[in-house]
Amino acid sequence: MTGALLTLLQLALTLAAAPLVTGIVRWVKARLNGRRGPGPLQPYRDLLKLLRKETVVAENASWLFRAVPYLVFALTWLAAAIVPSFATGLALGGSADLIALVAILGSARFLLALAGMDVGTAFGGLGSSREMMIASLAEPAMLTVTFTMALLVRSTSLPHIAEFLLSHDVGIRVSLGLALISLMMVALAENGRIPVDNPATHLELTMVHEAMVLEYSGRHLALIEAAQMLKLVTYLSLIACLFAPWGLDVGAVPGHALALGLESWLGKLLVGALALALFETGMAKMRVFRVAEFLGGSLLLGLLAAVFLYVSQGL
Amino acid sequence: MLHFANTAYDTAHLLDTGVLILSFALLFQRRLFGVIRTYAYQALILAAAAAWQAHAQQAPHLYITAAIALVFKAGIVPFVLQRIVTAFNIHRSIETALGIGATLVAGMALVALAILLVLPVTTSSGALTRESLAIALSTVLLGLLMMISRRNAVSQVVGFMSLENGLILAAVGVKGMPLVVEISVAFSVMVAFIIFGIFFFHIRERFDTLDIHQVERYRGERER
Repeated sequence: MTGALLTLLQLALTLAAAPLVTGIVRWVKARLNGRRGPGPLQPYRDLLKLLRKETVVAENASWLFRAVPYLVFALTWLAAAIVPSFATGLALGGSADLIALVAILGSARFLLALAGMDVGTAFGGLGSSREMMIASLAEPAMLTVTFTMALLVRSTSLPHIAEFLLSHDVGIRVSLGLALISLMMVALAENGRIPVDNPATHLELTMVHEAMVLEYSGRHLALIEAAQMLKLVTYLSLIACLFAPWGLDVGAVPGHALALGLESWLGKLLVGALALALFETGMAKMRVFRVAEFLGGSLLLGLLAAVFLYVSQGL
Repeated sequence: MLHFANTAYDTAHLLDTGVLILSFALLFQRRLFGVIRTYAYQALILAAAAAWQAHAQQAPHLYITAAIALVFKAGIVPFVLQRIVTAFNIHRSIETALGIGATLVAGMALVALAILLVLPVTTSSGALTRESLAIALSTVLLGLLMMISRRNAVSQVVGFMSLENGLILAAVGVKGMPLVVEISVAFSVMVAFIIFGIFFFHIRERFDTLDIHQVERYRGERER
């Protein structure tokens, strides 16, 4: 019962916090660029505005085009409910593990790519094909990270991993460090952040995500943007849960531990958002064909992590 | 097996892996200055690894190795190489004999090879020695790979020196290695460096470029 309550609380909080995290990233980036920039609350206003606006659908759009925004939003929200962000006792913790998380986010992306091609415009197809290229490279890297964690903890279940890391004295593990860098590179690619895609443009030939959703408007666009924000929070929570699980409520003392878990989660999200903004300000977007090498590097780090785990455990 | 709550072990392992990762970064770089800078970082981490081993093994002579790595390899060599590149106006982008992706895959295979080679030989020694040796051998092999996969003479020299970083890493990782070895290795590099400097100068004088290809064509080895 508490599991269900915790899951509902997490669903609500993630949805409430997602636009704020995106807003903070944009605001800090604007500040670092020397602009005043809209305040951190701007994404809430944007979403509300989009929800009120008229939704225009192309004449030759099929049912898929209309259904996809709802499906993508639902899948991403479901993914957000799997990652233990402030407490490990989630209702879905037992049934959905890291591999399921990858699969759910992968299905959301698949649907979005289909919708991008549905109307038949050049930009949509171009965005979809690039998105699929990035996905085909990011997912193996993500899975090697998963396998590294599974080798270390002997489980792919997220609550188990977090509890194991909290209860055992793991030390500074090189494998964990490599897996962390690998996962961060994957997260940048999956969320369309700067070295891979520029989230702040609709006007470049190199855009990926924005090209795919160019035909969407009104409430459809609001849902897709909200899903994107949720995805960012999910990845930040995932990184925090796997590599910095401190403060997570493991169900020891009711009440007090939950408050601590919530506070540390918000703190981690803030730190993650600031780090992302700093990193994006310092980096230039890379050419689309360099993305393969970037993600190849991430896959390589993931493999090295797994290999070194074997070496240190002496086979 | 999971309870390595041992700071000496963890830190040494972390620094060793840092050296290895930077070897991969060398293979990943596309610009000459990037390669030289990455080499400097690698030497910096090597110095840190040597200093840490000196502290952990209670072996003060290793501090000298660390100092050599810090001053000579992380300071002077990259500086001189940058001067050479600017003075000779060498082409700044890197031509590879193999694609970057393929080189990285080959590098990964070499790491696997090094581990397969080292693990059976060192079953009796502790985990620290085993891993240090595996990582050092991987670094050596990656340096060799860098030398054969680059066309430009400067990046081949950097490959050679990163190979030598791997040797030093192996030397400091093993307990009780006398200083003689390190000094001799360091000096051999210095000599090699001077030789390479002269070598550059001659190639440049004769062929007006540092592309090894020109030499091959001159000798009539193969036509491209």
